[in-house]
Amino acid sequence: MENTLIQRVYVWQLPVRLYHWVNALALFLLACTGYLIGHPFAIQSGTEAYDNYWFGTVRFIHFVSAFFFFFNFLGRIYWGFVGNKYARWENFIPTKKAQFEEIKDVLKVDVLQSSVKPLESIGHNSLAGVSYFLSFLAFLFQCVTGFGMYSAMSTSMLPKMFAWIVPMMGGDFAVRQWHHVMMWFFVIFSMIHVYLVFYHDYVEGRGIISSMAGGWKFIEKDHHKK
Amino acid sequence: MNSSPLTLWEQAQSQGVSRRDFIRYCSWLAAAAGVEASAIGQVVHAMENKPRIPVLWLHFQECTCCSESFIRSSHPVVSDIVLDKISLDYSETLMAAAGFQAEKSLHDTMKKYKGEYLMCVEGSIPTGEDGAYCCIGGKSAVDIVKEVAADAKAIIAWGNCATHGCVQAAKPNPTTATPVHKIISGKPIINVPGCPPIAEVMAGTIVHLLAFDRIPQLDSLGRPKAFYSRRIHDTCYRRPNYDAGLFVESFDDENARKGYCLYKMGCRGPVTYNACAVTKWNGGTSYPIQSGHGCIGCSEKDFWDNGPFYQHLASFPGFGIETTADNIGVAVGVATAVGITAHAVSTNLRKGKQIKAEIASSEEKEVSSNKRGA
Repeated sequence: MENTLIQRVYVWQLPVRLYHWVNALALFLLACTGYLIGHPFAIQSGTEAYDNYWFGTVRFIHFVSAFFFFFNFLGRIYWGFVGNKYARWENFIPTKKAQFEEIKDVLKVDVLQSSVKPLESIGHNSLAGVSYFLSFLAFLFQCVTGFGMYSAMSTSMLPKMFAWIVPMMGGDFAVRQWHHVMMWFFVIFSMIHVYLVFYHDYVEGRGIISSMAGGWKFIEKDHHKK
Repeated sequence: MNSSPLTLWEQAQSQGVSRRDFIRYCSWLAAAAGVEASAIGQVVHAMENKPRIPVLWLHFQECTCCSESFIRSSHPVVSDIVLDKISLDYSETLMAAAGFQAEKSLHDTMKKYKGEYLMCVEGSIPTGEDGAYCCIGGKSAVDIVKEVAADAKAIIAWGNCATHGCVQAAKPNPTTATPVHKIISGKPIINVPGCPPIAEVMAGTIVHLLAFDRIPQLDSLGRPKAFYSRRIHDTCYRRPNYDAGLFVESFDDENARKGYCLYKMGCRGPVTYNACAVTKWNGGTSYPIQSGHGCIGCSEKDFWDNGPFYQHLASFPGFGIETTADNIGVAVGVATAVGITAHAVSTNLRKGKQIKAEIASSEEKEVSSNKRGA
């Protein structure tokens, strides 16, 4: 049956979806193993070191996830320049007046809920875009500080490129401390992010949750007339 | 003072040191400086031909633990010979002269060996209140450092005080204690951090200068690479316990007796660059971790401010001493969860009608289209 009111819009291209889920998995692993590295459980005692390696494995998972996370992030930045209009970098850094207007609207409609008018954006709304940009800055910070700490035990080029951050921040201790603090940004971000996706799906009914799997959103045909 | 100073070999001979002992000493020096065996010849050659380096050893805001460490170097060579062999022309702790005599000796050396003497600094330099917090012989520490550094060949900053400011520079740093490298520029400065640095590390640094007449390889923080390029954690004999996830949970538990890793007791080994786990202390006897106590990171910048020492994470500034980033993270997480719940409730209150209306209209359409279909 032809639906006369709704049209399908292909919003998230495959690289964007792939990025999203690799990123989600890597972040989950990084946060869990990172927390463990900061607070190892006392799961073993009374044994000798040569029988065990669980903490080394936790750290290994952390480092491997970090490399996936980093290159995935680089890939997304590249896609921000060659992807479709919903993927482009302009979505994340507001420069136009309309974007700032939309930020105000989203604050009114979705955050404070003082107004109930429907919103315009098909891809990221401008406020979401800005919040993702902040998360990109957090990604960058985690990559720089993480590789900075890693550089001391590595001879490979990539971590060595970030060795400068350690003296700049006043030593490994400070770098580790801030790397750890920033983990909480991701925990809080994920909580809010997941909630808001459910919220938008519930309120707008455009299939935003499934859009990150298949790439399609369902938009009212008279959307642009409003 | 001789017009042409004796070489080290001449000096040694005059003290009755045999050739065999002299060579042995040179080999030890080479080892202490961290050079390879093939370079021993170079060391011997230098010792035979080089005059003693005049050294001016200045003390400012410090506890003299660097000097104390230095004179307790395991090998008698260091205290007996290195100290004799370098010509310690001025050192508040070790010189015989006092008062005006001492000041005269300082200035004589500065004049006579202009551009040739080695300047060693122990202690931080207070720059607050025009340097009034530390004055020697009527001059402020800042002025003395600048004056002596002007004609020095090289500068060695001993200990955490002279390299990072140590406890004097801990927050709020009331005297504006400042390390040497922030006051002097344009001179080679070797930073030898630690509270105190290991005697052998200090000796090795001096020996390198003595033997090769040039400063040792330094890292980006100006520390000799031979001693500060590796973390204590990476050279620690307890490291296998870390990788195995075997941790001391409290200082008196069975794990502590078994010698597990002190990571959870706040050991700073993973974030501290020093040679403790390799060179050890007191003639290779032990080092803090071997004695069952975590490293406190005494060769790192701001180690006093990164407390408490027995906590893996520092306390978060402004939230009391026991509050770590994790406590705050959990609190913010709970607040977020509460916020989300409140928002979800509000959504249903504010937009429930709208959503219900949309559902109703959708059902209507479905019914009507079904009718049409039938």
